[in-house]
Amino acid sequence: MVEQKLHAILITGRTIDQGVGKEMGKGSKEYFDSSALCFIDESDMKKLGIKSRSNVKVTSKYGSVIVKAAKNPYGSDPGLIFIPCGLWANAICGDETFGMGMPLFKGFQVEVEPAPNQAILTLDELLKEEYGR
Amino acid sequence: MTEVIKSVVCPICGCLCDDIEVTVENNEIVKMKNGCSVCEAKMVHGYKSDERILKPMIRKDGELVPVSMDEAVHKAAQILTDAKYPLLFGWSSSTCEAQRIGVELAEELGSALDNCCSVCHGPSVMATQEIGIPSCTLGQIRHRADLIIYWACNPWTSHPRHLERYTSFTDGRFEGSEWKSYLEKLKGTQSKKKVEAASRRIIGGYEPAPPPQAYTVDAPPQTMQKAGRKLIVVDVRKTMTAEAADYFIQVQPNKDYEILDALRCLVVDQELDVDKVGGVPVEYLQEVADEMVNCEFGVIFFGLGLTQSAGRFRNVEVAIALTRDLNRKTKFVISPMRGHFNVTGANTVFAWQTGYPYAIDFSQGYPQYNPGEFTTIELLRRGDNDATLVISSDPGAHFPKPAMQNMMKHPLITINPDMNAISRLGDVVFPTQWCGIESEGTAYRMDHVPIMLRKVVEPPPGILDDEQLLKRILDEVRVIKAQNAEQEAKIEAVC
Repeated sequence: MVEQKLHAILITGRTIDQGVGKEMGKGSKEYFDSSALCFIDESDMKKLGIKSRSNVKVTSKYGSVIVKAAKNPYGSDPGLIFIPCGLWANAICGDETFGMGMPLFKGFQVEVEPAPNQAILTLDELLKEEYGR
Repeated sequence: MTEVIKSVVCPICGCLCDDIEVTVENNEIVKMKNGCSVCEAKMVHGYKSDERILKPMIRKDGELVPVSMDEAVHKAAQILTDAKYPLLFGWSSSTCEAQRIGVELAEELGSALDNCCSVCHGPSVMATQEIGIPSCTLGQIRHRADLIIYWACNPWTSHPRHLERYTSFTDGRFEGSEWKSYLEKLKGTQSKKKVEAASRRIIGGYEPAPPPQAYTVDAPPQTMQKAGRKLIVVDVRKTMTAEAADYFIQVQPNKDYEILDALRCLVVDQELDVDKVGGVPVEYLQEVADEMVNCEFGVIFFGLGLTQSAGRFRNVEVAIALTRDLNRKTKFVISPMRGHFNVTGANTVFAWQTGYPYAIDFSQGYPQYNPGEFTTIELLRRGDNDATLVISSDPGAHFPKPAMQNMMKHPLITINPDMNAISRLGDVVFPTQWCGIESEGTAYRMDHVPIMLRKVVEPPPGILDDEQLLKRILDEVRVIKAQNAEQEAKIEAVC
C-alpha cells in the first residue's frame, strides 16, 4: 500500500560528489546536483510510491525543503534518510544545541512525502526565500 | 611556460596530503597528480571558477556594488567598531598567521571569537579537556597499526586519501597495505553479482539466496581471520568505507554511547546481561572487543557521527575512556577526523594566544571560554551579537536556517575567495587569496603536525591574502577607535 508520508530519521553528512561540487563552486551545477538530494532506502521509496530522481518534500519541526530522491547506494537502511551537507539539508536542521554548542545535524525525526509538482529551489532561490537576499 | 611543481600541499581536508604534483602553465594550474577528486575539483577547476570574487563589494540598495579596497576596509572597520558585540567566526581555511591577527582583532574589538570546530569537533575538544587523549601522529599509525577502527565517519568521502596514505591501504614499515585483499573482495562480490544476473537470465524469476543476516560468534567473517591489518567500521548506515571493511557494525542512530560503554565492559571481561546494545547483538560486540584486546597497536578514528548525535561530547569522552582501558591490555590510540584543512590550527593558535581553543569571549577585555554560552550557534540563538565577520568558511551553507536568520538581522562582513553562500549574503564582501594555491602559510594536520602550505600561482591583481587583509582592517579599527576616543575627550572637556 502506498503511504502518503514516511516517518524517518535524518542523517546529514558528506558525500564525495558533494565534496567535488562544493569545490567547483557553490553556484555550480555539480553542487546543486550533489546536494539537493535525499538518499532513501528502496523499500521506503516503494512505500511512498516514488522512484529515484523524483522530487520529495522533507519536513522537520524547523522547516521543509524540496529535494530529489535517490536510492540508497549501499545496503539497506529502512527508516533512515541521508541528505548531503549543504543549504538544502540545513533548511530543515535545528539550532537546538542542548547547551553544548552543536546544533542538530543528525538523528532527528523528519517526514518525507512525494512532491512531484514542486520544484527544487536553486541555491540563489533558496537564499532569497530564506534570507531575502 | 610550463612548470611542474612537486610536493604541493592540498588545502582541503585535515589530511593535508603533501604529495600533490601540479602542472602550471601561464600562471594557471592545468593538471594535478596524486590528489583525490575533491582536490582536483579545487586545484584545477574551482579556484579559477567564474564564482571568484575579484573586487571588494558593499551592499547598496540591496545590490552588491564593487568598491575600492580602502572603502571596503573602512566600511568593515566602521561596522565592527559601531557594534557593541561583534562575532568573528570561521578561520578554519585560513593560515595560522591570519588566525593570529584574528585573535588580535577580537581582543581590540572586545568581540566573540569562534571557529568552525564549534559545529564539527567542538565536542571532541571538550571531551579531550575532560579526560585527555591518548594519540599519536598519522605516521606512527601508518607504520605500526594492525587494527584500524573508523567509528561514525566515512573517510572515503570526507577524507578520500586517509585510508590510502595513513591506514589500511598504505605500506608501512611494519604493516602492509590491504589494497590487494580489498580488490579481491571486490572482485568476489562482482563475480557473485554476475553469476546471479546470469542465473536470472537463464532460469527467469530466479531469486538469489538472501544475504546472511549477520555474522555470528561461531562464524565470524572470514576477513576477520586474515593476517595483516584489519579494518572495522562502526556507523549508523552502510557506506563506501563500510564496504571496504573486514567487519561492519551497524548501530542505531544516537546509540553510540551505549555501545562504547558496553565495549568498555567487554574489554575488561565483564559480562552483559542483555542480548543487544543499541541494536547490535552482544556477540558482535564481543568479537570487536576481542579484536581490540588482541591487536598489537590499534587506533580509533571517529567522526561527526559521535559529536553531532545525542550525547555529543559524552560520546567522545566514553570513546577516549575505552581507549584508556584498552591501553591496560595493549597499545591503542584515538584521533578525531578533523574536517577543514586548518581547523586544528585554529584550535592551536587560539589556545596558544588566549588559553582557549574556541568559543572565546573578549567582552570583559580578557578571554573567557564557555562552550554552550560563547559558541556561535548559542550567540545567534540568543541574538547576542550585533555584527558578524565570517572568514574562510561558509555558514550560509552549513548553519541551520534559524541560526542564519538571526545572523542576517545585523551587518555581515565576509572574507572568502569565491562567491559561496555566505558571500552572497554579505553586506561587505572581501575577496582574498586561496591559501595553499595563491599564498603560503602554516596549517596543522589533523594529528597536530604543522605543515607549510605552498604558493603555486600568482593571485589576481589587487587581492590580498587573509593576513594582509585582516591587518588592514585591524589598523583601520584602531584609527576609528582613536578618533572616537578623541571626540569623546573633546565632548567631556566642553562639558
